[in-house]
Amino acid sequence: MTRLPRIAAGLALGAAMTMGAFAPVFAQDTIKVGVLHSLSGTMAISETTLKDTMLFLIAEQNKKGGLLGKQLEPVVVDPASDWPLFAEKARELIAVDKVAAVFGCWTSSSRKSVLPVFKELNSILFYPVQYEGEESEKNVIYTGAAPNQQAIPAVDYLMSEEGGAVKRWVLEATDYVYPRTTNKILEQYLKDKGVPPEDIKINYTPFGFSDWQTEVAAIKEFGSAGKKTGVVSTINGDANVPFYKELANQGIKAEDIPVVAFSVGEEELAGMDTTNLVGHLAAWNYFQSVDTPENTAFIDSWHGFIANDKRTTNDPMEAAYLGFNLWVAAVEKAGTTDTDAVLKAIVGLSYPNLTGGTATVLPNHHLTKPVLIGEVQADGQFDIVSQTEPVPGDAWSDVLPEDKGIEADWTDPLTGCGHLDTATKTCGAAP
Amino acid sequence: MITQLVLRALDRRAVWVVSALLLVALAIPFANLVLPEGHPLHLPNYAVPLFGKYLTYAMLALALDLVWGYCGILSLGHAAFFALGGYAMGMYLMRQIGARGVYANPVLPDFMVFLNYKELPWFWNGFDQFWFAALMIVLVPAALAFVFGFLAFRSRVTGVYLSIITQAMTYALLLAFFRNDLGFGGNNGLTDFKDILGFNVQATTTRAALFAASAIALAFAVLVCTAIVNSKLGKVMIAIRDAESRTRFLGYRVDNIKLFAFVVSAVIAGIAGALYVPQVGIINPGEFDPGNSIEVVIWTAVGGRGTIIGPIIGGLLVNAGKSVFTGLWPDYWLYALGGLFVFVTLFMPKGIVGSLRSLFSRRKPPRQDNSEPLETGAKDIPIIAEPQPGAAE
Amino acid sequence: MAIRLLRLIAFLIAALAFAVPHAAAQTPDIPALVDALGQGSFPEREAAINALVATGDERVPPILQALADGNLYLRKSDAKVVLAAKAGSGFALTNPLDGADLGPAAKAEIDKIKVNNGLRGKIRTAIGQMTLLSPDRTTRLSAAQTILKNADPAMRDLLDKALAAETDPQIKSVMELARAVIVLKTDTTIEDKRAAITTIISHGDRDAQTVLSSALADAPDELKPLIADGLATIARNLQLWDIAQNLVYGTSLASVLLLAAIGLAITFGVMGVINMAHGEMVMLGAYVTFVVQNLIATYAPGLAEYAMAISIPSAFLFTALVGVGIERGVIRWLYGRPLETLLATWGISLILQQAVRSIFGANNRLVAPPSWMTGAFELGGLTITWNRLWIVVFAIIVFAALQLVLNRTPLGLQMRAVTQNRRMASAMGIRTPFVDAMTFGLGSGVAGLAGVALSQIDNVSPNLGQGYIIDSFMVVVFGGVGNLWGTLIGAVSLGMANKFLEPYAGAVLAKIIILVLIILFIQRRPRGLFALKGRAVEQ
Repeated sequence: MTRLPRIAAGLALGAAMTMGAFAPVFAQDTIKVGVLHSLSGTMAISETTLKDTMLFLIAEQNKKGGLLGKQLEPVVVDPASDWPLFAEKARELIAVDKVAAVFGCWTSSSRKSVLPVFKELNSILFYPVQYEGEESEKNVIYTGAAPNQQAIPAVDYLMSEEGGAVKRWVLEATDYVYPRTTNKILEQYLKDKGVPPEDIKINYTPFGFSDWQTEVAAIKEFGSAGKKTGVVSTINGDANVPFYKELANQGIKAEDIPVVAFSVGEEELAGMDTTNLVGHLAAWNYFQSVDTPENTAFIDSWHGFIANDKRTTNDPMEAAYLGFNLWVAAVEKAGTTDTDAVLKAIVGLSYPNLTGGTATVLPNHHLTKPVLIGEVQADGQFDIVSQTEPVPGDAWSDVLPEDKGIEADWTDPLTGCGHLDTATKTCGAAP
Repeated sequence: MITQLVLRALDRRAVWVVSALLLVALAIPFANLVLPEGHPLHLPNYAVPLFGKYLTYAMLALALDLVWGYCGILSLGHAAFFALGGYAMGMYLMRQIGARGVYANPVLPDFMVFLNYKELPWFWNGFDQFWFAALMIVLVPAALAFVFGFLAFRSRVTGVYLSIITQAMTYALLLAFFRNDLGFGGNNGLTDFKDILGFNVQATTTRAALFAASAIALAFAVLVCTAIVNSKLGKVMIAIRDAESRTRFLGYRVDNIKLFAFVVSAVIAGIAGALYVPQVGIINPGEFDPGNSIEVVIWTAVGGRGTIIGPIIGGLLVNAGKSVFTGLWPDYWLYALGGLFVFVTLFMPKGIVGSLRSLFSRRKPPRQDNSEPLETGAKDIPIIAEPQPGAAE
Repeated sequence: MAIRLLRLIAFLIAALAFAVPHAAAQTPDIPALVDALGQGSFPEREAAINALVATGDERVPPILQALADGNLYLRKSDAKVVLAAKAGSGFALTNPLDGADLGPAAKAEIDKIKVNNGLRGKIRTAIGQMTLLSPDRTTRLSAAQTILKNADPAMRDLLDKALAAETDPQIKSVMELARAVIVLKTDTTIEDKRAAITTIISHGDRDAQTVLSSALADAPDELKPLIADGLATIARNLQLWDIAQNLVYGTSLASVLLLAAIGLAITFGVMGVINMAHGEMVMLGAYVTFVVQNLIATYAPGLAEYAMAISIPSAFLFTALVGVGIERGVIRWLYGRPLETLLATWGISLILQQAVRSIFGANNRLVAPPSWMTGAFELGGLTITWNRLWIVVFAIIVFAALQLVLNRTPLGLQMRAVTQNRRMASAMGIRTPFVDAMTFGLGSGVAGLAGVALSQIDNVSPNLGQGYIIDSFMVVVFGGVGNLWGTLIGAVSLGMANKFLEPYAGAVLAKIIILVLIILFIQRRPRGLFALKGRAVEQ
């Protein structure tokens, strides 16, 4: 009997040893890069591709001779779509594996979960997904779109003559922070544009929602009031396929009620038959169909790496590509992977977008990117019907009255501020 | 009365567990804070909250074991109590941020400012006081367990039916907490904590203290559980587990006893959740996921149900394994985890502790059979619920 | 830029020339007009389309259709507009006007001519105008519908002509409605308009509502009460239809729940295995559908329409085999320890999910719907989608077949015997291990069938099963463990309740309410709707 606790203690200690043991084995002749994307659980469907993308980018960089004369070594972990586990794995990557930077996260919850860890241990997170804005942190570079780089141009397009002059709006969304915030901004924006409140309908559904009959019928009904109606969809990944299947079957044609989505890309379309969805829209900063030499080269080498020329590319992949290359450039400029030096070096750096033009890291840690509106085609790709000049990402939306005059400035990472009131010159965030 | 209880709790095995836990409560902070870096026994900073997290999971498993292993109530919703305790603690921690949030609002947490709340929802009042939060950590899970258990046990909902409605309970809570309108931060939950009781949550000393607190809380939970299990009440619980109707016919108030165990268990789970939150730094509706509750059942089963030490070992081992394997084999760890569950159920039906015990105590036969009482099932109707006892093969 | 402008001007002159009918003494240069489609921005392309339409040439509609479908390309070498079809890695080009073969081209040699929703709408209208007198019924119907959608007053004469010749009642009714809408838009007498409004009101459907509500604002004052009354009548009418529509939705959801749960009603309900891997069986069924479809597309493209039909037995057999494997390998050691089956099957479900993720990747897979499962049809004021209708039919068939197997076959008899009294059954010479394996295989196979159906309405991803497992347990427990009729009633009640709550409470709250109701219901009936009775129930 008495042996039991001892065995238990031994086992626990053994586990602890294993944890600690695999850290300092590798010598310092490589630079480690953390890859923090869910490979199992509900988010694996979106994030696995980004893990592959990171491995691809690192392999490409190593072919070019690595960084600062050293090879890059990816450290991949699986946070399993479990938000507290994201925090734990982030801590492990930074504290145990001593990675120079982490590329990862998809959902806002996972980002919010790891944020305190990055602040505490002072490391860098490159976050490659479009998000709700209203955040600017010293330790995060947001390479995806802020709301003004996706939502607002999309609505502008639908309002324009070319986009169909939409007068009545359905904001169809999954109930979580990104859609809530985006809808809040859009609602304000539409009202500012003179859309009466009775012409705006907002509907929330739960995660993974699969029975869309009632919702789609409601959209149809809302669209029968005699005014041109459009749908702005911030439906989250998994729920999209059943939504579009229902849309196609109930015969909602893009010419009558166009649906513009912010979370539907080539990857999501690959799981659907798009013949009856032709013309529905998506707003992104990148489409696979973009016809530039950079993009063609990127797609070719990606297909070579993944050994499958049917694999699509998508917007978060471009964001990961930009984030990684900007980090490489910043490390080269700083001559070190030290966090503060890299953060100081990265602001103002530029790298060519795959869509033409350049992405510049702004002082608020967002990028300048062009906004593209694409229409779904029968082959699962998008035809670009509208493209803007590069738009600077805005952390704090100018549309919301409470955020007017709020900026973020991390030009100097040590004294910067993520929530600077330009009128009173006070920084809202605690140091 | 209390001394009597404590004395009863201190059987030899419990003494060992408690002293081991107290030792750990001292040793880990010592290894982290006092021993210099480079010392072979120095414990790096990241490990302290991690180990603390395992301890709170172990405590949750122990809570489940009290109702499942000893009272035959298989709850598939125990993570709900854990999460409720965690939310109560999270609310306190949110209120402690005060004006240091991004929007610098002295009263409202950031997410409320952003979602245009004009004032604090009524249920957030009082959470700026630790004593109130501490009270809620105990009361909220207890109240839910009481209401739920009162209804369910009085109506004699048993077996899989009970398991499934506990699952429905945690699923409903999951959906509810996902709603932003509920005022708990929706999907993102509560995060970015600063202080607890005036100490910085990220300071190594606070972390060490939280770890010690978790170890001590677990030791205390072990005492409480042992006391209950060794008391006459505990014997009746085991009787209920093994033959509920028979116990009822003998004149025991089965409903009340089950309710008592269920509420105590919920309170332990709530406290575990409250200790979990400051150590991982986030609480969100994902904790209500029915899958989490099932995992707790699995920790308990792996360790050995119907024992006090079993669930603790199970909780520690499975979670430490998860930590290691998600880093070592990110693509394959689920095979290992799934395989482990199948292996344990097939070859170690009594769990690690049960199997070790039968291995080591050759002289004595196992003190009690820990196998579950059989589910009930009709035997006189065309399609029935359960096979016959022990009749497989 | 300048060249483009010049081209535009040249082309506009040409277009104008042909747009005016009197000037069209000489035959319009259709090839040039077609080539003009390839140039310029969206507004310019729109002008080009108008010019083509003005020719009234019968070769135009197919070209426009090809443009709308995205099959028209611009050959870069000579700026000629061609029709391109994928052929291997490149394209095969044909002349859009006469179908003459223009040889192959690589992807880089041609540019797709893009259209947007606006243009697509224009093309649809244009084709509608040009095909209103077509001899083909479906073409005519869709033409009439597009005219109704646009209601261009210029169409009135054409519509009158078409109406006079039309014999099909459905098309005629659409045309009448379209004509009435046009009348409302034009300057005619109040009496004419009154008659038009009455026609519209008599249609009483959603289209009529749209038309009337948009006409309300501009209508002359004396007609406003009539329109308002009409709207109220239609609204009342639609409200009734709404209830019926909710019934349809509820039936559809019920059929999905029934399919998802019925396999569980066997493995869990009949055998008592708390089968957490049930969802993964459903998921495997969906993947079998995917694999079968791909195999057929690769090796026997001629059978593509039957892929669904072939998937059904394949999915059943495959998942049944996996089920038998699980039963023989794991579950048979656990009889008598039902709660442990929960742990083992949970482990199995993790392994199966990860296995599918390793083999097929984490992304969604495409299971294309066969043509007979796409689209919807109208039944009075109801919209019924074909895929959901077929799923309802499928669910009923599966349910009936299962009842038949359990009650009318020797295997069913043995299953019931073994689950009732294993030892006695064994003593009577029934091979209980075989029957156990078959029962579990049957339950798993039925779950696989559910997967075939769900592949039509949901994601085909490794997470597919996770979304249905809790609902399935709720349905089985609500209905009463061990009773297939209970499962049916459970699925129907939960489906209906959900769909009737949803419009009022919203999707999230509806689901929460349902869960709370289940919890409360179980308090009243601790063993579900169809509780098993008798002494044996309480141990």
